[in-house]
Formats: sequence, structure tokens, C-alpha cells
Amino acid sequence: MKPAPFDYVRPGSLGEALQALAGHAEAKVLAGGQSLVPLLSMRLAAPAVLVDINALPDLDHVRVDAAGVRIGALARHARVLADPDVARVQPLVTQALANVAHATIRNRGTTVGSLVHADAAAEMPMILRLLEGSVDVVGPSGRRTIAAEDLYVGPLESSLHHDEIAVEAFFPALPANTGVAFAEIARRHGDYAMVGVAAVVTVEGDQITSAKAGYLSVSDVPVVVDLTETLQQGGDPGETALALLEPETDIHATAEYRAHLVRVLTARVLTAAVENAQERV
Amino acid sequence: MTTKLMGTKVQRVEDDRLVRGTGRYVDDVAPDALHVAVLRSPHAHARILSIDVEAVLDIEGVHAVWTYEDLDGAMAEPLPLLIPHPTLTHGRTQYALAKDEVNYVGEAIAMVVADNRYLAEDALASIVVDYELLPAVVGIETARAAERLVHDDVPGNVAARMEQSNGDAAAAIAAAPHTLSLDLAIERSACMPMEGRGVVAKWDADNGRLQVWSSTQTSTGVRAAVAAKLGLDLLKVDVITPDVGGGFGVKINHPWPEEVLVPLAAMRLGRPVKFTEDRREHFISSAHERAQLHHVEVGFDDDGRVLGLDVRFWHDHGAYTPYGLIVPIITSTQLLGPYKPGAYHVQFDSLYTNTVIVTPYRGAGRPQGCFVMERTMDAIAASLGKDRAEVRAVNFIQPDEFPYDHGLIFQDGRELEYDSGDYPAMLTKIKDLVGWDEFEQFRAEMAGQGRRVGIGLACYVEGTGVGPYEGAHVHIETSGKVKVATGLTSQGQGHQTAFAQIVADELGVRFEDVEVTTGDTRRMPYAVGTFASRAAVMSGSAIHKAAKKAKEKALRIAAEALEADVEDLEIADGVVSVRGTDASIPLGTVAVLSNPLRYAFDEASKAATQFSVGDPGKPPVAEGDEPGLEGKDFYSPPRSTFASGMHAVIVETDPDTCEIKILKYAVVHDCGHLINPMIVEGQIHGGVAQGVGGALYERMAYDESGQLLNASFMDFLMPYVTEVPTSIDIDHLETPSPLNPLGIKGAGEAGVIPGSAAFAAAIEDAERLSITAMPISPSELFALRQAASTNAGETP
Repeated sequence: MKPAPFDYVRPGSLGEALQALAGHAEAKVLAGGQSLVPLLSMRLAAPAVLVDINALPDLDHVRVDAAGVRIGALARHARVLADPDVARVQPLVTQALANVAHATIRNRGTTVGSLVHADAAAEMPMILRLLEGSVDVVGPSGRRTIAAEDLYVGPLESSLHHDEIAVEAFFPALPANTGVAFAEIARRHGDYAMVGVAAVVTVEGDQITSAKAGYLSVSDVPVVVDLTETLQQGGDPGETALALLEPETDIHATAEYRAHLVRVLTARVLTAAVENAQERV
Repeated sequence: MTTKLMGTKVQRVEDDRLVRGTGRYVDDVAPDALHVAVLRSPHAHARILSIDVEAVLDIEGVHAVWTYEDLDGAMAEPLPLLIPHPTLTHGRTQYALAKDEVNYVGEAIAMVVADNRYLAEDALASIVVDYELLPAVVGIETARAAERLVHDDVPGNVAARMEQSNGDAAAAIAAAPHTLSLDLAIERSACMPMEGRGVVAKWDADNGRLQVWSSTQTSTGVRAAVAAKLGLDLLKVDVITPDVGGGFGVKINHPWPEEVLVPLAAMRLGRPVKFTEDRREHFISSAHERAQLHHVEVGFDDDGRVLGLDVRFWHDHGAYTPYGLIVPIITSTQLLGPYKPGAYHVQFDSLYTNTVIVTPYRGAGRPQGCFVMERTMDAIAASLGKDRAEVRAVNFIQPDEFPYDHGLIFQDGRELEYDSGDYPAMLTKIKDLVGWDEFEQFRAEMAGQGRRVGIGLACYVEGTGVGPYEGAHVHIETSGKVKVATGLTSQGQGHQTAFAQIVADELGVRFEDVEVTTGDTRRMPYAVGTFASRAAVMSGSAIHKAAKKAKEKALRIAAEALEADVEDLEIADGVVSVRGTDASIPLGTVAVLSNPLRYAFDEASKAATQFSVGDPGKPPVAEGDEPGLEGKDFYSPPRSTFASGMHAVIVETDPDTCEIKILKYAVVHDCGHLINPMIVEGQIHGGVAQGVGGALYERMAYDESGQLLNASFMDFLMPYVTEVPTSIDIDHLETPSPLNPLGIKGAGEAGVIPGSAAFAAAIEDAERLSITAMPISPSELFALRQAASTNAGETP
């Protein structure tokens, strides 16, 4: 379990980092390393160069304003999780982060790194999709913003270009009359979930005006399902979601059990999100 | 008067060092060593047509690359079959490097020695092997069907068929008023110590001496194997076992291929050489355990008394049988637990599969046996509508029936004869501890909240402290400090603490002045090893006896020096004194007097000049005596001593998600006299954690082609601390063993044995679904619920 040979650079500026990336088609960006380093050690990935961005200045910020939460590429999960302003402005980010792996992994792993690693079993990509956030990336032709719905294009595949670095993620603030909830079931505490579901629900009086749910571990890419119509028509939201999901069998759970959990958890998070929305009226 | 330490919760002296990261493990030895990486088979079953290592030799930093062709003499023979048995008619072992054929994913094929492990692993990629793929045999059903063979010359994939009986079980079942049959399955798991296998070797060409460090449970065994394989005189080989980061059984198997290859490389290359196993290698090239299928026929009376029990089972031992039949023999005998069936018959087949070999894992066949017997007890209770504890009670061996001979032969080749125990008393304790009689009330309360709970009980008896022997050497130095050596190894049990307690009590010295060395063949070349819950019983007893000898000698010399009678002497805090007087002499001074060569280099030697011992008319060392203040002795019991225990667990199952939560876990444990209750409780905690793993999380997910799909800690689900009960209620019972001077029994494996049995019972009780296979995951519980509701004609 030793990585194949690779070159390592630790640029001191974003410009140098972009140059290093541009110079090697087989280069990989190293931030927290919590996914990349195990892949290297198991020789499942063998990049020619690691571009370590940990020495880049001004990328470890967590900025919160009325619009939402901005998280720099070097901000660790633990820091975002502990930020009370994040929890106030967008509580779903905090709720989901509490389910990301273990404390030791959250201490090094970065939220932006997790977002662009694009694992459909990870919490944060799904949350970004559900909240309709975005990621800012910088490349040779400058800075651009990728909306979450355009970010995830395939299994472990984002729409970042090889020569771009994700520098900041944006999670919009939670509007009034809107509530959130998150639930996942993992085999062990901190494991990748067998199924995870998050919901965002907006109410007007007793009426649900919008209800959406995000799903993890039941598709190749993070999936968001609009359940508004189903709920308004008294339908079964779990079934609506399952029509758009592809639960599969693996060594931890059968597809049937995953589908069952989709139904159970969808109902649970919708109920909780409605309650939360009513508290926020 | 020194306070007795035996039976007290002495803080483990090892922990400060180990938890601060200052332990010294095999990988810490010889930092300048060359490193080995092993090319392992990617196929479960294949013929090796050719191996091309040409490209490796040109790589800078590579010192050697070997295949089977590079081995000769004993190294070119198969590795030893450690424990032969007359019924093991078709035993097979692998070669250190595969010859012509591979039989599991992970089998060693070639080995590279390089400057470091990185280079060595890079070099492996340049080895080209041409394979002819053969169909793989995976799983007991496939092995049993025998449509494909693992070894061409082993018909039916059967290495051994063994049968034992006491009475006529078939007749007893036929005549019984009630009968049941059950099919019960347990899957594979593995020991998974934090530290994997590891070996370092240094060849001292000047002295023609080989030093080997191995992360093993038997340094003497490794020594004998290395000497034999390398053609060295035994006295030219030292094997040292430094700190070991857990064993749990896997490190008793020996020699591993690397344990002989690394010393050979050190000799051939004249450089220190090291192999440090990584986690993936541990999954695919060490050992697993537990997979068995069982069929039970049982006949019983109206009270649930078992009149006849017939068990047929199939044991998956993997690709080879280096450790013989120990695991299935233990299942076949120990499944009887605390019970005395009217008649018993057992037969097992030990089957080859194209998977990693099987050697004992903590519990060693007992978790399976306990699962079979306890599921049977629960089934009897269910069929009679009786309380599960009552059915057990009517089957117990009674306290006045000890020693109790089961009429069977145990794994050590001796009679299965229980030495002592009190199962009825234990049952009372466990029922009180878990709240057995109050459970229905609790169930009703929970049901009122929409919650579903269940309770399970499992009993076991564990043969511990198997022979043949262990020895000890106790040396009182002139400083008064006591150096103790015993040959078996330590892998975290707390031997320094427990053995020092025994010595401090026996010798009357300070606990702090006792230093214990284990697993170093330079200090104690005769030893067996640390397995089968035997260290405290075997080495503890040997150390007690050796300390007693040293004490006798100390008192004899002190009596002469103090001109007193031995009977009037006592030793406390390392000082011998004449009872009721001021006359005294420190043990260190006695040590000086014990050696006629009195070079006065230290204060103790100078102090000794005031005393005079020995008859000037006789030789300075009397006939039959030895210089020095030492005691050496061995302990060899007639048979194993039988510890016992009962576990009870309360679980909650989520009616929607099928998640299984542990609400309460209770243990009553009898290992005779306790040396250190804190260490025993620690052993129980660790065992229960592994029991939880085996019951609810761990399995080896082999696919049909023999690939292990979950060979990492991401997918092999060892429980985290968050999955283990936050508190484990423990109560002790002490029925001393009559077989050893301290009255002790083993405690190492106890905690894990009844795990699957207890959880299966509790989940069954919560769900009202028959649980016949473990482990069980929420996904499997969901499938059982679906099947039950389908059968009941409801909508799934």
C-alpha cells in the first residue's frame, strides 16, 4: 500500500498552482487528501504530479452573509461544522457536515474538496445540488462560477476542467418559511450512508408551496427530486423519488432495502422539514 | 506485611508506554533494513505457466527477486502441517512461493527485496506471470457439491471427516417424545489485529548467527521452523517477539511464507531485511475463520431435557490446512457448553475452498458451537412454549457432578473432562444482571411507544489453558530487582502486570521491582505460545512455581546468614526478616551470598561482607546447588481447565429501518480465581466488541470467482467504538480450577464466544422471526421481514 512514484509541488500562489496543473496532463490537486491519499496508497490513482494547494494564501475562509455561506477551498469540514453563523444561515450545511465521516477526517478534509471529488455517496455534493449552490473555479482563462446542477456529470466526475482549481463554494441562505432536514442510514457511525436523504420545504400557512429532496448513495450522481406536486396531490413522495433513482445491490445492502430506506427516510425528512419550516414562519 | 496483589485491580504498567506511542514493534526494529514486497496471486485458482522477472533485475534499488525456482532444500518443500490428525487424510500446505499452481487470491508467488517498500512494490508491477485460469471453489455449498476440485488429488474437496459420539444419539432421538431439526450458518470473519504480520531478520556472518524478530504468538515455534527451513542449528537462531499489536489467533500459525523468506534473504544478501504486511495483504494472505454450516437433529422430553443430539457440520478451511483440524474439533466438542445431553453424536467434514486459509480466531470454533447449541436450546423452548432460561437449566451439568467427563476427546488429545463450574448459580446471576424476569414488562412499555425490543441469552464453556507446558525463570539480582522470563509471547494482554502480581505475592517483593520478559528465545527457549486462553494458566502457574523455588533458596541462604530457622523467616518489600526480631537481610544481599564469586562491585556486594554463609570444609557450590539466586520451573497440566460464562443482550430493532441497536449487554464470567479483575474485564470488553462485530457487522465478501470484495477497513465492517455497547455489565463467579496452584482458568477468548448466539436470540425475540444465520445486517433483517410477510400472505 505504497503509492506509485509521483512528483510533488507546493506552490505559494494560485498562479503557480495553475501553471503546475497546466504543465501536466496527469496532475491532481491535493487539499485535505482524505479521498485522494487512500486512492494513491491503494494504487487506484497514479497521478504524475500532486499539486498541493495547502500553502495558497486566502483560501481557508468561511464567510457568511445574508445571501449565504461562502467556503474557501482550504476550509476544513470541522471548521465549517463548528461555525455558528453557518448553522444559522444555512442549517442544512451543518446538519449534513455532522454526518461526514469521522472527526479526524473532518479535521483535514475540505468541504470544497469533497464537492469536486463528486462522490454520489458523499453528503456535500448532494446538499450543494439540493440548495442550488455553486462552485467558483479558477483556470487559465480566469474565474467562472459553475452552478451545482452543471457540476456533476458522472460517477466521481465533475465538470471542472483539468487545469482548473475550485476556489470557493457557495451555499445560498435558507429563506423564510422554509425548513430543512437531513437523515442517513449507514452501517456504522461515520461510514458512507446506504441511503441519505435531505429535504427543503417551503410553506405558506398549512400549504406546502415547494418541497424538494436530495438523495445520496442511490444513483451515480447526486439527485434532487421535486416533490411539490406529489405532496400537493397527496401522492407518495418515496415512489416519486424512486422513479428517478437507481438503487443498487452491493455487499452492504440490497437494492430492495435501499428502495425501502428511500421511502422511509423521504417520509421522515419531509415531516421534519415541514416542522422546521413552520418554526421558521 | 506486603498486601496481596492477586485478585486486585492493579493498573496495567504496559499502558503508559503503549498509549503514548513508545511501544516497540517489529516495524520499529532495524530501520536500515531492506524491504520485501510479495507478488500475490490475483486469481483464486490458476496454473502458473510462466513467470518472467527479467525486467525487475534492471530496476535500480532492487536487490533480489525470487520465485519458487530460487528456493532449494527444505525451503523448496511445502510449509509444515503443524498439527496432523489421523482423520486429516488429505492435508495440504502451500509453498513459501507458489509452485505451479495458486489456490487463493493472495497466495505468494514472487518476492522482491529492494531499498524500500515503495521501490519493492513498484518492482512487482514489472513481473509478468502467465496464468491458466481454473474454476474457483468458493463457499461451503460449492465445495460440498464437489463439481470442481481445489486440489486435483483431493476427492470431494474433503481434507478430513471426523466423528465422535457418546451414547447412541440416533436411537435416543428416535425414542424422544419431541424432535426438531435445524440448519444453522456462520460466515467468515477474521482477527484483524491493528498490527499485521511482520518479520525482520539479521544475519551475523561473523558469528554464524541469525536473529529474527517476528510479530508472532509463538517465538519458539518460529525459531524451530526457521532453523529447520534454513538448515541452521537451533542454537544459532534467536527469535525475539517485541511488542505485538494484537494477535487474536492469526499469529499462532507459523511459519508464514515471509517468516522463512525474510531470514533467507537476510542470509543470502548479508543485509537486514524486513517485511511489514499491509492491510490489504492481511485480508488476502493471512487467515480467516468461522465459516461453517450445521445441521442439527435433537430429541427432547416435555421439560426440554435433551435426550439425543446429532450434529453434522461442514467447515470451510480455505485453500490449505497448515493448522490442522483444531477449529472444527473445538466446535464439535465445545458446542456442548454447560449441558449434558443424554447422547451425542457429531460428524464434520473439513472442506477445501479457493479462499484464504483458516486458522483459529479468538474463540476458535466455539462461537459457531455456541451458536448451534444455544439456537437449539431456544428452538426447544419455543416448541414447548417454555422460558428459554428454564430449558437451559434442566440441561445443566450440576455443581456436584464435577469433574464431568463428556466421553469425548478434546482438541489437545485429552478427555473432554470439565474440572469445575457452577452453572445454576451463574444463570441466577445473569438473569438478575440483565433483568430477565422483568423483561416482559419492559417489552410492554416499549411497545407502548411503538418500539420493538428483544432479549437473548447464551451460555458457553471454554476449555482454556491447554498444554503441553510453559516454563519460567525467576532471577533475583543483587540489586534486589527480580527478572522473570517466560517463553510465550505478549500481544497486549498485560502479562507484565499480571505475572508481576504473581511474583510479588510469592516472593514478597515490590511489584515495581519485577520485570517480565516474554517471547525471547534467548531468555526461555522452551515454550509453546500464547493462544487458547492459556497464558495466565500456563505461564502464570510456571512463574508461580519458579518464584517459589527462588524463594525457597532465598530463605535457605538467609536462614544461614541470619542464623535463624527458615520457619521463622518472612519476606516483605524485598527484605527477609526473622519474625519478631530486628534481624533482617535484603533479598539483593541474599543474591550476593548465593554466588561464591563475590566481586564487590556494588553496594549490595559490600553490604554482604557482614554475613557469612557456606561451610569452609565443603566445595563453594554444594552438590546439587547452583550459584545465583534463581528459580526455574515448568507447569504441565493433565488436561485443559474449563472456564464458563453467560451473556445476555437486549436489542431494539427499528420497525421501519431495520436498524439493530444494543440497549443492554450483560456478562457473567467464571475464570476461577482472578489475578487482576481489571485485566479480565478488559478482555471481556474486547471480546464482546469482537462478538458484536461477528454478529452484526463482519463478513468476508467473496464473489463467485474468489475475489474478496471488501479487503479494506472501509468495507470490512469492524465495529467502531460507536457500535459497541457503551457499558457492559459484568459479574464474576469464581469456581477455582483444581488443576493448577493458583486455581485460575483462562479468560482471553471468553468475551467473543456467545456473541452471535446471544444476538440471534435477542433479534429473534424482538422480531418473532427465526434467525438461523449470522451475521445479520439491517438489509438481511429487511429481507427476512419481507419473506415472512409474503409467507403470511400480506402485501410485501
